[in-house]
Amino acid sequence: MKKVCIYFQVHQPYRLRTYRFFDIGLNHNYFDDYANRNYIRRIAERCYLPANQLLYELITKYKGKFKISFSLSGVFIDQMLEYAPDVLESFQRLAKTKQVEFLAETYSHSLVSLKDKVEFQDQIRAHSAKIEELFNYKPKVFRNTELVYSNQIGADVFELGYEGVLAEGAKAVLGWRSPNFVYANPICPKQKVLLRNFKLSDDIAFRFSNQMWDQWPLTAEKYVSWFLAHDSKDEIINIFMDYETIGEHQRAESGIFEFLRYLPEEVLKHPKELEFITPSEAIKQLKPISPINVEHPTSWADEERDLTAWLGNDLQQDAFNKLYEMQEFINMQQDAEIKKIYRYLQTSDHFYYMSTKWFSDGEVHKYFNPFGSPYEAYINFRNVLNDFMLYTGFTCDIRHDLERLKKVNRRQEEIILELKHLLSVTEKNKKRAVPKKKSTDTSSIKVDKAEKTVTKSKSKKETTKQKDTQKSTQKASEKSTSKTTQKKINNKGN
Amino acid sequence: MFGWEFPPHIAGGLGTACYGLTKGLAYHGVKIDFVVPKVYGDEDQQQITLHSAEGVDLTEKVVNFGKFYEQMRYFEIGANIVPYLSPEEFSILVGEDVAHESAKTQKVLGRKFRFSGSYGKDLMLEVSRYAIVAAALARQLDFDIIHAHDWLTYAAGVAAKRATGKPLVVHIHATEFDRSGENVNQQVYNIERMGMTEADLVISVSNFTRQIVISRYGIPPEKVITVHNAVEADEREREQYKKYLPEKIVTFLGRITYQKGPDYFVQAAVKVLQKDQNVRFVMAGSGDMLNRIIHNVASLGIADKFHFTGFLRGPEVTKMFAMSDVYVMPSVSEPFGISPLEAMRSNVPVIISKQSGVAEVLKHAIKVDFWDVDAMADAIYGLLHYRALSRIFKNYGKSEVDSLKWDNSAAKVIQVYQKALGL
Repeated sequence: MKKVCIYFQVHQPYRLRTYRFFDIGLNHNYFDDYANRNYIRRIAERCYLPANQLLYELITKYKGKFKISFSLSGVFIDQMLEYAPDVLESFQRLAKTKQVEFLAETYSHSLVSLKDKVEFQDQIRAHSAKIEELFNYKPKVFRNTELVYSNQIGADVFELGYEGVLAEGAKAVLGWRSPNFVYANPICPKQKVLLRNFKLSDDIAFRFSNQMWDQWPLTAEKYVSWFLAHDSKDEIINIFMDYETIGEHQRAESGIFEFLRYLPEEVLKHPKELEFITPSEAIKQLKPISPINVEHPTSWADEERDLTAWLGNDLQQDAFNKLYEMQEFINMQQDAEIKKIYRYLQTSDHFYYMSTKWFSDGEVHKYFNPFGSPYEAYINFRNVLNDFMLYTGFTCDIRHDLERLKKVNRRQEEIILELKHLLSVTEKNKKRAVPKKKSTDTSSIKVDKAEKTVTKSKSKKETTKQKDTQKSTQKASEKSTSKTTQKKINNKGN
Repeated sequence: MFGWEFPPHIAGGLGTACYGLTKGLAYHGVKIDFVVPKVYGDEDQQQITLHSAEGVDLTEKVVNFGKFYEQMRYFEIGANIVPYLSPEEFSILVGEDVAHESAKTQKVLGRKFRFSGSYGKDLMLEVSRYAIVAAALARQLDFDIIHAHDWLTYAAGVAAKRATGKPLVVHIHATEFDRSGENVNQQVYNIERMGMTEADLVISVSNFTRQIVISRYGIPPEKVITVHNAVEADEREREQYKKYLPEKIVTFLGRITYQKGPDYFVQAAVKVLQKDQNVRFVMAGSGDMLNRIIHNVASLGIADKFHFTGFLRGPEVTKMFAMSDVYVMPSVSEPFGISPLEAMRSNVPVIISKQSGVAEVLKHAIKVDFWDVDAMADAIYGLLHYRALSRIFKNYGKSEVDSLKWDNSAAKVIQVYQKALGL
């Protein structure tokens, strides 16, 4: 029995408006409400509404036998709430059938998994809470932005309790192995990994309406026959794609809706060989065939299946690094609006628009891209980011202060450890050796003092005081260390 | 091939383009007789044979300069028929004429046409003289196809075609609409249209120009083929120029005429300077709009940050590029536009107008509409402030320019020849 697992990614970014450098310092509206509304409305009419309607009909028709899963990004949900409550309702109606599973992802469809574990987990929690609030469903399986996955990312979400993760069935990772099994994460073997069958997924997502393709036109019957032709030992076929494929990337005229309409029927014609399954059922029912080692992050983009679409050139790296320099500063902010904007700015699409790959890699990168060139995208993003830094009061100085504070903290922690260690050594020696001169006591008192000042100085805000205390700590530690070491030598001598 | 200039004696991009193209054609084994109004003797004739039209003896004697190379000959026609000429350039050219006059007359034997050497009311007369000489020359030479560059030589091309029945290809480097906006010179337009209509095939230097040829001259689209220009490989070591100004420098370099959009550059400068005083703008070149622009800059109160250099010659141009942090070409209408490529070769990031042919071939350049001063100012600011951007231009720009080879353009021209010859 082979399982068929269909998952649709639903995401639209908050696109930035054309933001000139003369707006910097004057204007803090970064997002192009008009364009964003238009995109959402257009895709709603072409895809979300008719496709949801169709799926609802199919689910009702094949009671309990046809199942699908969605991942709705937080930024998509926010836009849906703002511009398309009708779409939200149609998703809620699907959720009520209980045949639809919602997956977890980062709220802002960001690449933060590559940068900051704490924020990564925060974003997942925020997303999960939103899904629960709207759909009364707690996601059990995680999929990262653009299917970015590595062992470490898997482990990071395992900490949050996600026992299943979706990833790309990249050739570089699989080698000769088939994506049609469940695999395990080698660094937390309890976690299962579902790999996208990119051949079968892209047959729909990219090739469906391509008349040059030798398999055109693709019918549901033909497509399902490929499932059957696959190795009979295969356990699961993972068809993952953007939801916009239905009706937007592949227009209604291409027959994509008819294809989707007859797909369940064709699958269910073979009840002994095929059945639909959701990701959470898959990780419950199927056993991993072997670990799959993914040391370097993979994604579902382009031929390379790596991160180069978002972080492949200097522009992207620069914008990405500049953005995350603010992370700690933003963590300290109270203003919810600032935090929200910061998360919207993290959406991976902003970096995608800066890709120079589309010079050669063509159409996909241009899709929905509001910018004429990666250079415009970069300048625009940097202008916005510059203003955001001004607006929030983040300056180079603050960054340096933060870094210095961090360094001081780290150094102080080291000193504390060192002193604690020495203290324990001296105490041991004290017990062992015959009590000697008073100096041991004084030094330990000093150590205590040093520790106190250190803990005091941990209260962050007073930087100037910090400097002083740092000095005094260092002095104290120097003194005490020199004394205790001397003591140690003395003891040894004895 | 009929042209009007050949390096090193050039007034604009056309001579450079002809030179590159002939070298590319020679690389593919095409033999070329190149006819120009005047031969100075110091041209690079390795690939071609230059012919002076002035030297053409109508009593059937070909001038021998002692420099007949195998693949190309070069003919001279003594006329200063250069369509876009700055006042300075013009006086220099005319000055050179005088200097060369004696040498030339000594070399030339037999009866010949004297070309007036003045650019003005006699121009049309000279164009038709050039055509008469061309017809005579065409009967003397052995060739397969006629290739004429820009309107001054179209009459010659057509005359040669009528004299010999050989196919004619006309090459559009610029149209009257690029030079004069909407106030076209009807006579020039008529000659252009006649040339294009009589030609078997028309080559345009960009799709931008092709569109003009089709819509404004009514030439059937299937007859017009785009062959983009390229750049001559440049192996010279770029001299490292040490900047003596602390500010960043943004440069405009070109003729200061309506077509080149200098006023948009000024407007963008105003916008940038409102935000950032740490920039200087340089306008290099001369032209009929120069005085108006100077006046404009003064009245806007930005003259302390806006500089004029006048017309720059070869090494000065190199130096100017070496000093620049950004190069802007805001042309209103630019059939191709080779100078951004030269800037990129000097590792200078470029902003070019979408209304230029070069925008069709360049990827690593910022493209803006010439009228979109906000976008232009924003791009200037971005290039000056975001280091990653200039870094990426340095990484990609130069190699992109180096990949635009004349060999490739020449190969396309050969395809056009073959089509014209019905091969």
